Amino acid sequence: MANVLELQGITKRFPGVLANDKIDITLREGKILALLGENGAGKSTLMNILYGLYKPDEGKIFVRGKEVHIDGPNDAIAQGIGMVHQHFMLVPVMTVTENVMLGIEPTKNGVFLDQEKVAKRIAEISNQYGLEVDPASYIKDLPVGIQQRVEIIKVLYRNADILILDEPTAVLTPQEVEGLFKIIATLIKAGKSIIFITHKLKEVLAIADDISVLRLGRMVGSIEPNKATPEKLASMMVGRDVSLVVQKSAPKPKEAVLKVENLFVRDERENLTVQGVSFEVRKGEVLGIAGVQGNGQTELVYALTGLSSAESGTIELNGKNLQNATPRQILESGVSHIPEDRQRHGLILSFPIHDNMMLCTYYQEPFAKGISLQEKAILSNAEALVKQYDVRTPNIYVNAGTLSGGNQQKVIVAREFSRPIELLIASQPTRGLDVGSIEYIHKQIINKRDEGTGVLVVSSELDEILALSDRIAVIYKGQIMDILDAKKASKEDLGLLMAGIHPSTSPKKK
Amino acid sequence: MSKTASSKETKEKKETAPTGIGGGSIRDALLVPTLAVITGLIIGGIVMLVSGSNPIQAYGALFAGSFGSPSAILSGLQAYFATGDNTLLIKSIYPFTESLVTATPYIFAGLAAAIGFRAGLFNIGAEGQFFIGALCSAFIGYSIKDLPMIIHLPLALLGGALGGAIWGMIPGYLKARFGAHEVVNTIMMNWIAFRLSDWLLKGPMQASNFRPVTPNVFASAELPRFFEAPLRFNLGFFLALLAAYLVYWFLFKTTLGFEVRSVGANPDAAKYAGMNIIKNFVLVMSLSGALAGLAGTAQVLGVDHWVGQGFSAGYGFDAIALALLGKSHPVGVVLSALLFGFLRSGATNMQSVAGIPIDIISIIQGLVIVFIAAPAIIRWFYRIKSLKIDEQTVLTRGWGK
Repeated sequence: MANVLELQGITKRFPGVLANDKIDITLREGKILALLGENGAGKSTLMNILYGLYKPDEGKIFVRGKEVHIDGPNDAIAQGIGMVHQHFMLVPVMTVTENVMLGIEPTKNGVFLDQEKVAKRIAEISNQYGLEVDPASYIKDLPVGIQQRVEIIKVLYRNADILILDEPTAVLTPQEVEGLFKIIATLIKAGKSIIFITHKLKEVLAIADDISVLRLGRMVGSIEPNKATPEKLASMMVGRDVSLVVQKSAPKPKEAVLKVENLFVRDERENLTVQGVSFEVRKGEVLGIAGVQGNGQTELVYALTGLSSAESGTIELNGKNLQNATPRQILESGVSHIPEDRQRHGLILSFPIHDNMMLCTYYQEPFAKGISLQEKAILSNAEALVKQYDVRTPNIYVNAGTLSGGNQQKVIVAREFSRPIELLIASQPTRGLDVGSIEYIHKQIINKRDEGTGVLVVSSELDEILALSDRIAVIYKGQIMDILDAKKASKEDLGLLMAGIHPSTSPKKK
Repeated sequence: MSKTASSKETKEKKETAPTGIGGGSIRDALLVPTLAVITGLIIGGIVMLVSGSNPIQAYGALFAGSFGSPSAILSGLQAYFATGDNTLLIKSIYPFTESLVTATPYIFAGLAAAIGFRAGLFNIGAEGQFFIGALCSAFIGYSIKDLPMIIHLPLALLGGALGGAIWGMIPGYLKARFGAHEVVNTIMMNWIAFRLSDWLLKGPMQASNFRPVTPNVFASAELPRFFEAPLRFNLGFFLALLAAYLVYWFLFKTTLGFEVRSVGANPDAAKYAGMNIIKNFVLVMSLSGALAGLAGTAQVLGVDHWVGQGFSAGYGFDAIALALLGKSHPVGVVLSALLFGFLRSGATNMQSVAGIPIDIISIIQGLVIVFIAAPAIIRWFYRIKSLKIDEQTVLTRGWGK
């Protein structure tokens, strides 16, 4: 079978960094090549070179056997290469049609936009590839999964037959991932070739025809999916053996540290998204809250941590009422919070690491005496935490925004674990992280549990919930469907609960 | 992971030299502003050429008008050492001291805008706060008789700061309490200040029935001058430097400043960290107002000794440019205020000697600000590669909540 795309010896240097070191990859026609690697391994750099956003320092690019020079996205598009970015490049206040035609607007009589023509073509593409979408709807009204379809349509509209999908599943719910895989299958059937960038091992094994693994800017090797196992891929990515299972002993739960009763919370749009939730978290155990994203988890955590106020109900920490307490009161009562959106809540990206390491305790000893910040204590605290939590950074003076996602998360974990706490609330603690970082953060969370801290883990990744939890509460439409013992919970039952069906009442079970 | 990085990260991943808390690589911080000033002067020179003037003569006059002529200073020194007569010397340093006098309110006003920017607030009301501060200090200065200077002067300074603080606090409170945007409210407060002063200067505070000006402040409320007339160089300049130091200390060395900067850089994270955003809005707008008020106060107590209509003359708006030029850092603000002071002060001489209209200085200032606001122009022009991601910290986050 013909190679539709070949990269040979691609090298790209940035000041002080060798991002790509003599990388060769080959994409066969009508196949899916999975490009696997940790955050910062150089995957995106390579793809940006292919898409003409960067110029390689060395190396050649062949499209259908012919060497090409790609000087910008327009060149790439002319070669039939299309890219779906991880962060969508869509204008939210415009319609699907307007977004698709953006940049290549067809006109009537040379002046007037010909939206009908575009809408018609979108409908054709939709039908052909199963990419259902209403051309007239506004992007801002569409769920993330549909927005991604629009991105794919944009690429197909430009007649691409080599598609680069950059971390396409990072933002999707499990259901949406399945939908995406169906679309990918249709695209392949229609003769398109796809480069699929990811760091999720199971996805790779599920859909790839070929797998290439990058690490630290170098090509580690290629492997066929039928010879690969998750463990094998993980160790190729990280460069050492990685345990994908969290090692943990049996929990030794004690008295309850957090009691939530009949809690109601409204979201920013005033919808009642948490509706009468009750549960407790005991010292020395992990309670996992499973559920498809958008079922009230975010609002629940906001209410527990003081970021928003609860409508009604009680929140008690060690018997103390914390309903509608301020974030500071909650913090000072011994609650640590690893927030769902680390860049929005967890860090100040334009501040150096040392300031982020004391973001919540800057006013306390030893970081402050009176109102005077104690520079020495701040710096030595950061030095110690960076070492202890293995944050990969040139030094503690660089801004948090320069770190990779995994290291940003480590900064938050280090900070939140560095003070004495009673309760840890970890929301999506490993979202978007690579295997190595996930392993590390899971281990830290279990360590905290073993120290006798109560832990509440909220995650939309069922695997994560199963790996960490001692008990699992499933949330659906703002209500707790059931609370199960983790040892007795099966994935199937949890899946049904997450969809709002009680396994006992489900027709599948007797 | 730190060794390599994916595309977008790598670009920004330039290792920066270790710097202390609140610092920044000095070379990086100064490069673009310096080039912006030089480029502004060059283009200004081209404008003069096109309009048929001699830029070398003009800039010579500008220099002499802002720094003084070196030969005059030299002969002044000779005369002083030879005869003990300082008349020539005083005359020769007059331009230089006058530049510092001009820079004084600029420093205060620039700090006012800068501290607002640091908290993500756009204080366009420095103009009004300047006016109110000036009126308050003037009132204390002329209405209380027979006080010793040690009490009267601090009281007048405090009054000026307080007046400005209240004028700034009102929009701060309105924003914190009702979410009213500070840009709109500070502009409204400006108009209230202008009309209020019109009324005060024609009524309760009017000195005589002829001109709408206040009485002169008593000598005990004047900022002491260091030389005899006509030199107006006074303590205000050093108070401005002290204020710059205090603002630096506040922003970078105290927990309160840490909160202010956090609220400005990422209000969501500030809230997560338990900071009170509402309190910070009110605090910063009050401090900003106090500094703007002190700008007016320094001008009244140090230079004019009375307040008249149109007294503020755009200081409040130049303040925003100064903060932008100085990247909202107190040291940067002082340097840009000095630049403005020297340009403005030298321009008068340029007009009289070289016959170049004073407005050319406005063109140069405008160009410099454009280059600072759009540093990409300078980077492109001089092929400077480095990109720092915290370039944007100066600006507020638009018109949101």
